[in-house]
Amino acid sequence: MMGIIEVRIHGRGGQGGVTLAELVAHAAINEGKYAQSMPSFGPERRGAPVLAFLRVSDRPIRVRTEIKEPDVAVVLDPTLLDIVHPTEDLKNGGIAVINTKKSAEEIREKYKIDRLALVDAMSIAKEILGRNIVNTTMIGALLKATGIVRFESLEKPVKERFGNALGEKNLQAMKEAYERTKIF
Amino acid sequence: MRGELSWKELEVGAIVTEPGNAAEYRTGDWRSERPVRKQELCIMCGNCYIYCPEGCIVLKEGRYETDLYYCKGCGICANECPKGAIEMVEEGK
Amino acid sequence: MPRRVALEGSHAVSEAVRMADVDVIAAYPITPQTHIVERLAEMVANGELDAEFICVESEHSAMSAVVGAAACGARVFTCTAGQGLELMHEVLFVPSAMRLPVVAVIANRALSAPLNVWGDHSDVMAIRDCGWIQMFAENAQQAFDLTLCAYKVAERPDVLLPAMVHIDGFHVSHVVEPVLLPEEETVREFLPPSEYPFPLDPDRPVSMGCYGPPYIYTEVKKAQEVAIENSYEKVLETFKEFKDVFGREYRPVETYRVEDADMLLLMMGSYAETAMLAIDALRERGDNVGLVRLRLWRPFPAEELRNVLRGVKAVCVFERAISFGMGGPLCAEVRAALYHLPEGERPKVVSFVGGLGGRDVSVEEFEAMLRRAKERVSSDELEGFEFVGLRE
Repeated sequence: MMGIIEVRIHGRGGQGGVTLAELVAHAAINEGKYAQSMPSFGPERRGAPVLAFLRVSDRPIRVRTEIKEPDVAVVLDPTLLDIVHPTEDLKNGGIAVINTKKSAEEIREKYKIDRLALVDAMSIAKEILGRNIVNTTMIGALLKATGIVRFESLEKPVKERFGNALGEKNLQAMKEAYERTKIF
Repeated sequence: MRGELSWKELEVGAIVTEPGNAAEYRTGDWRSERPVRKQELCIMCGNCYIYCPEGCIVLKEGRYETDLYYCKGCGICANECPKGAIEMVEEGK
Repeated sequence: MPRRVALEGSHAVSEAVRMADVDVIAAYPITPQTHIVERLAEMVANGELDAEFICVESEHSAMSAVVGAAACGARVFTCTAGQGLELMHEVLFVPSAMRLPVVAVIANRALSAPLNVWGDHSDVMAIRDCGWIQMFAENAQQAFDLTLCAYKVAERPDVLLPAMVHIDGFHVSHVVEPVLLPEEETVREFLPPSEYPFPLDPDRPVSMGCYGPPYIYTEVKKAQEVAIENSYEKVLETFKEFKDVFGREYRPVETYRVEDADMLLLMMGSYAETAMLAIDALRERGDNVGLVRLRLWRPFPAEELRNVLRGVKAVCVFERAISFGMGGPLCAEVRAALYHLPEGERPKVVSFVGGLGGRDVSVEEFEAMLRRAKERVSSDELEGFEFVGLRE
């Protein structure tokens, strides 16, 4: 049995945070779980700090509000750490999943976060996808940090979204991130 | 019938299912002056026929006549007649 | 077998419209309705839906186009939100009076000014009296289900009225969640092709939308009022047929944990799902509270509402709209429905307004509101309304 897990995704408009939340929601629902994903409501602007929300649970989800105190904060763009302080309102025992080249010590000292999952998603995305778009790559990190859904469950939604060839590459980046993510 | 129809007798959405029933509407009742035609002056140019907004000028046995069931008495035919063959005469006179 | 899939609320509506096999769609994109028509345009372009998609230049034209198409006997769809619904306003009154079974889904949105693309029920309240059957959905599943019910009831020869399904902008339209999608054949059986009795046809000429001078206008309006009043029973029958086929049950007035409640929270739309958690929390602490959700907004289910509220000590009405200078419009209607109950059976009613322009109301805020409602009832502060979550 799993209670409700609340994930807040921090990205910039155009980085694919909403797609990340949707893909994981699709995967969870395909597993027979309950899930809900939503964007931070409103008109989005490329480059502006934006949010996406994701809830996964074994039971039907009724709450429909934005997530104020997440169990998990996924940070797609490390520059946001200093701008919107995405990890400040993490729940007790919550974990921050961050795309960064920095060390755990550096991050921990600066932002006072207990639990961390770190991966250099940018390098992986550039290497495998040839572009600095890390949303699917960061799903790998989220899965490693939380086990919120099974890795295989992403295959169908990712291929449906991106087509077979590009989907395969995204899954590869996801897998690479899954393996390279370190939990502290 | 006018003013006597109950709400229960109306067709759904007050649709009129009887086609072409506008023909029953005696617009001639609106007339305060009627056109009177001097056939001997008429040169059969057809201007009255063309200009009549009601389309109520009819050809009868080779001559133009006004169907007074529909004619509203607007006087356009009299105005357009190049020979002054049509005169508007006050109704009731 | 129904398939359990992840769908955005908007796309659940698009799916319902596709399965309903509509003939004509006319719409103009507007936030937060855009995803519904975007997906439908895609379906038409891909050949998944054999329909005419009319890209109109305004919502006024969208409604005009579907009115014309419905008059030809086509099954039609349009959808809009907020400002778009207001631009459509003038034409909304035409299909209801002409008795054309147009179906529309509205992704409820606040009204300008200030410019706000987020959700509330200001747009609904401004078109309250347009003569349509109106229902509220709280989630993607209900958005799908009620869209099918809208066609089913609207097209009944003994109804022939336009029907509108309201979904909360963003809180339903933009949320991805699990939806049970039935087999297409099941939907086709539930919704056979529309048999509108007087389609425009050169071989069977009729005149529609004739002018109605004073000597007949009152009779036409009486007939229209009787039609929408009578549609109540047909909505019930439709919900029953829906349950028989799809297994999910809807009622004009739906309840949650109302047994032995002293106070009932009453509302419409998706915030009711969040409110359920507040009811659970308060019940756990021994507060006898329950929730009433108005599913059917028009025809107004006054009698069913009275049956649910009769004898309860107090009702707390929460709504996402204001009738400026008068208070909460939903609350006014609830009060009116209760007015003729005998003294001992008539609940006290307190009014709250919140969730305006897309502002969330959290579980904790609902709990606080119900505590405040209790205070107001015991100190007899029943007049007027209070805002939820207002900064003083």
